[in-house]
Amino acid sequence: MIRRRAVFAALVVGALAALGPVMPAYPLTLITQALIFGILAMSLDMLLGYTGLPSLGQAAYFGVAAYAVALLATERQVGLLGCAAAGIALAAVTAAVFGVIAIRARGTYFLMITLALGMVVWGLAFRWVSLTKGDNGVSGVPRPDLGGLSLSAPLPFFYFTLLVAAAAWALLGLLVVSPFGLGLKGIRGSESRMEALGYNVWLHKYVAFVLAGTFAGAAGVLWAYYNGFVGPTDVQLVTSVEALLMTALGGPGTLVGPAIGAGIIVFLKNFVSVYTKRWLLILGAVYIGVILFAPHGVVGALRGRRRLGAGRVPGG
Amino acid sequence: MAEEFALQLEGVSKSFGGLQALAGVTLAVRPGERRALIGPNGAGKTTLFNLISGSLPVTAGAITLFGRDVTDAPAHIRAAEGLARTFQITNLFPDLTVMDNCLLAVQALTPTRFAMLRPVGAYAGLHASARATLDSVGLEGAGDAVVKNLSHGEQRQLEIALALAGRPRVLLLDEPTAGLSPAESRLMAGLLARLDPAMTVLMIEHDMDIALELSPHVTVLHYGRVIADGPRAEVRRDPQVREIYLGA
Repeated sequence: MIRRRAVFAALVVGALAALGPVMPAYPLTLITQALIFGILAMSLDMLLGYTGLPSLGQAAYFGVAAYAVALLATERQVGLLGCAAAGIALAAVTAAVFGVIAIRARGTYFLMITLALGMVVWGLAFRWVSLTKGDNGVSGVPRPDLGGLSLSAPLPFFYFTLLVAAAAWALLGLLVVSPFGLGLKGIRGSESRMEALGYNVWLHKYVAFVLAGTFAGAAGVLWAYYNGFVGPTDVQLVTSVEALLMTALGGPGTLVGPAIGAGIIVFLKNFVSVYTKRWLLILGAVYIGVILFAPHGVVGALRGRRRLGAGRVPGG
Repeated sequence: MAEEFALQLEGVSKSFGGLQALAGVTLAVRPGERRALIGPNGAGKTTLFNLISGSLPVTAGAITLFGRDVTDAPAHIRAAEGLARTFQITNLFPDLTVMDNCLLAVQALTPTRFAMLRPVGAYAGLHASARATLDSVGLEGAGDAVVKNLSHGEQRQLEIALALAGRPRVLLLDEPTAGLSPAESRLMAGLLARLDPAMTVLMIEHDMDIALELSPHVTVLHYGRVIADGPRAEVRRDPQVREIYLGA
């Protein structure tokens, strides 16, 4: 089972890598964007799909990492490795602090607290003008070099993003089938039983929360370089909601589903918005359709059909 | 040094707002003892289990496990001290397979529970231990089934398996035969009779035949108080107990 999934993952990554050179520039940048949001959505899936923690503040860790990269790259001319390390570390520290506050709560209360904490980061981005330049944001973030190789053209940056996304997919994929990941699925099923078995449920959730924040930070690092601009819109509620939508749309608890969900939303957003400003209306319709006809998301529906006889559920 | 008592309760009380569920319960269970905890509905039996296992905090009193005061210890610390429990209302991981349920229980008290970089399947020792536990409760060959597709009887067997997987020193059984048919109840009784004699077992059971058959020692709870405590023959003759159970 695990080997089959690893082969599948390698095929997907290989196909994307092969498509890169033959693709026109615009779709290529869109796929790059989808990969970045795919990492963000997968990080959220570890919380929502595997642990049962509905976080509505995942943009906070994405955002602080993006700001760290943007500020260090433009004002201090720090290179890729330094920026990435600082961005990911800051995201991890932010998640470590926020986790202490948020993990005490469950269900809707957890959702509301993560929402509030996300708004704190947005408030800082918007109001701490001396650091973040407020509403103007930080612009002119240069694409970095990787060992003398410039990543400024779309194709090298696409390959770099693909590499990071594949690594994140592999690490998260390993994590969810590891003993620790099994513990997360146990928490999703029954916290009281987990406590009785001897698990420190708080600690398990906290570690998952910090790890999810760290992976969201990796996505944020890529985003700062991809967009060349970081502003309050990157940390606002809409970004967190979009990450949650991507996860729900693709299939929570499947890891690959949220990445596909990210692809669907990125493409809808960019293609439909060419024809109408009301692209959110279309997104809403797609979302309602998924809820009605595939409540476990796109991948959940596909896996559910395949395993109907075995009676296995998606995410099991 | 062997402790004199595996589990000791000293004046344990629990109030939910104005309702006093337990009023000064004192009892001591020796290592290896089989003890039945009986009493009418609402006597506070499950509440007492929740206090012993740490699911609920006590209002007053002290709980000692092998001489160590665990009154303020969280549930997972008590589990690490060798306390395991089953639930009256089946409390499993319904979306996972039987094997994964059992693996969760087996790895719970090992450092492996925090391992992240290898799949669960790579830990052969855990699997062997989980399989042995499943065999011991009669669930051999059911490992790949998803728990929510099991029959109620099989789910009750898995309840026991999860509690046994960590090799506990004290086992709390909350109505192991709840909802079972008479035939299934007999199977469960046979299973419980085969438990490791060194293990201390405190059992809530409504089926009086099974409770008395398995437990030489009986404690009777009524409106949150211990009204009788002693060998089963003695308790059976106790006039107060007869009045509660037979209304005569």
